[in-house]
Amino acid sequence: MALTKAPSANTVPVTPPRGRARKPRKQLTWNTLHSLKGFLFTLPFVIGFFAVFLIPFVYALIQSVFAVQKSGTGFGPAETVFVGLDNFFQAGTDPVFWASMLRVFLFACVQIPVMLGLSLLMALLLDAMTGRWTKVFRIGLLVPHMIPGIVAALIWLYLYSPRLGPLTKAGDLFGLNINFFGIDLLFFSIGNLLTWGAIGFNMLIIYSSLRAVPRDLFEAARLDGATEGRIAWSIKIPYVRGTLVLTGMLSIIGMLQIFNEPLVFRTTSPETVTSNFTPIMMIFNQAFTSGNYNYAAALSVLLAVIVGVVSAFFYKLTNRPQA
Amino acid sequence: MTTTDQVTTQTAQIALEERGRARLRQPRAKRQKKHDDDSPTGTEVSRSSRILVTAGLVLFLVYSVAPVWWLIVSATKNQTDLVTTSGLWFADFNLWENLTAIFAYQDGIFIRWTLNSLLYAGVGSLVGMVISLACGYGLARFEFTGKKAIMAMVVGAFLIPYAMLTLPLYLLFSQIGLVDTIWAVLIPTFISPFSVYLSKVYVEGAIPPELLEAARIDGAGEFRIFVTIVLRMLGSGAATVFLLAFIASWNGFFLPLTMLQGSDKWTMTLGLYNWLTQSQVNAGSGIDFTSLVIAGSLLSVIPLAAIMLAMQRFWKSGVSLGALK
Repeated sequence: MALTKAPSANTVPVTPPRGRARKPRKQLTWNTLHSLKGFLFTLPFVIGFFAVFLIPFVYALIQSVFAVQKSGTGFGPAETVFVGLDNFFQAGTDPVFWASMLRVFLFACVQIPVMLGLSLLMALLLDAMTGRWTKVFRIGLLVPHMIPGIVAALIWLYLYSPRLGPLTKAGDLFGLNINFFGIDLLFFSIGNLLTWGAIGFNMLIIYSSLRAVPRDLFEAARLDGATEGRIAWSIKIPYVRGTLVLTGMLSIIGMLQIFNEPLVFRTTSPETVTSNFTPIMMIFNQAFTSGNYNYAAALSVLLAVIVGVVSAFFYKLTNRPQA
Repeated sequence: MTTTDQVTTQTAQIALEERGRARLRQPRAKRQKKHDDDSPTGTEVSRSSRILVTAGLVLFLVYSVAPVWWLIVSATKNQTDLVTTSGLWFADFNLWENLTAIFAYQDGIFIRWTLNSLLYAGVGSLVGMVISLACGYGLARFEFTGKKAIMAMVVGAFLIPYAMLTLPLYLLFSQIGLVDTIWAVLIPTFISPFSVYLSKVYVEGAIPPELLEAARIDGAGEFRIFVTIVLRMLGSGAATVFLLAFIASWNGFFLPLTMLQGSDKWTMTLGLYNWLTQSQVNAGSGIDFTSLVIAGSLLSVIPLAAIMLAMQRFWKSGVSLGALK
């Protein structure tokens, strides 16, 4: 079987197509045709990518250098005029935009390390667990990942609610008057909700790369008298470092576009969660409430650039010691 | 000539079957090994640390499951019990009444939303899967100019947050009149760089180039090779690509929120959010949406949980693949 296949496979480029006999150029045409076919397979995606990613981005760039202006007296019809980089200058000094950026940035600095730390701890515990119950835990810990983000926000909104949820009542039991929607606790409330939704998935990613650590390393370490904690610290955690960088980066990108959770919380506490609470909320607000599409487009472009720079910086920073 | 053709066809078929069998064998072998790993390896793990591990996991398990438990319990309660009884245990069993109320509201608009969600996630992911597999196949098994550029696009797109493209996309779609149609949600679902990346990795692992050569010698056209050999051999990889896209689409909120105005085109999550806002705005009016939102939330979880549990093997492999790269 292998005998029949091997020679025929080798002859592919040489075998002349029936009825045609050209020697040197034939191989070239075959290759060209072959390449073309390969390209055709990628074509639907490439067209779609242009339509959904590149053209909108270019379109946003074009939109961002225009603005809708009322004519001098303010009575005539509004007209779209070219304003150059004015929208970007405005965005650069817009205190509302930068306040929302700073808010999300500070929030990310606390929530992402806590969330990743808990995910790592969970993965380490699950990795150390043996026996039948491992499977139960593995599925149980993934339950939050099966809940759509909006629904998770709804559940926690009700859990926090003083009227319906058990949490405020539990606080009353200890004589604490907890308001989960107050300005003091709001970040904790949203952070907890995000952490709850994300640890399962991140745990799974870290856990899969933990399972790839050669098991005999642990045996050897145990023989040398290392405790389980020491094994986790000195073998397992260094081994999953790359995975932690990856999950950290994905979390940062996700955090910069946070939208759903604050939006849901805004329904109960519109005073604390303002309409410009996060950058995406502000863009959404500019576009659909104020109808200021050009400025919203400029903010989108600016935010995309910031996210790109932050990701690249984070990647460089965390990869340097290894390289 | 015909005989050689037949021989090579057979060869290809045998190779195909063998591959298929090997791939069937593979997961089983892997599972076997995993099982071995799970069983206690070193007897050295001390008793106290095992208790500590279990206790920690139980804590995390309670944290993860308790809110969902609250949701299940609350979905069975009527409006007064929701407020007056403890959220962690059942009171009068009122689930059927709640469900009837949901399906009756506005002539069953919730069913409409469910079907919409299924349409966007199902059709969107299915078409997206075929597009991604074709592209992944082209990238993995062909050489052509521009291949590097396409790869750069795919990987670079990971870093572009989707929400930031949604507004420009809205502006563009409103120019060509696609806003507030199902296409406004479906088209972006079709195009997923991550799916393309996954597909490329799967093709590299599962489709041997010699097999493609053999099929070509037999005179099979490229399209036929793709449909009859590549798609068929990529079974579980394709399932993973589909499943991950399905989950992402089902959970999606920002895109439908931006694109869809008419409530008849909304998704489940969009509808639930709308009920929530109404329950806040019209707190004084006759209808209290709270029990509707809670029972509806439970309903929206069920299809996703079912498909994820049923296809557990696939999406876990996708996740770990994403983690390794």
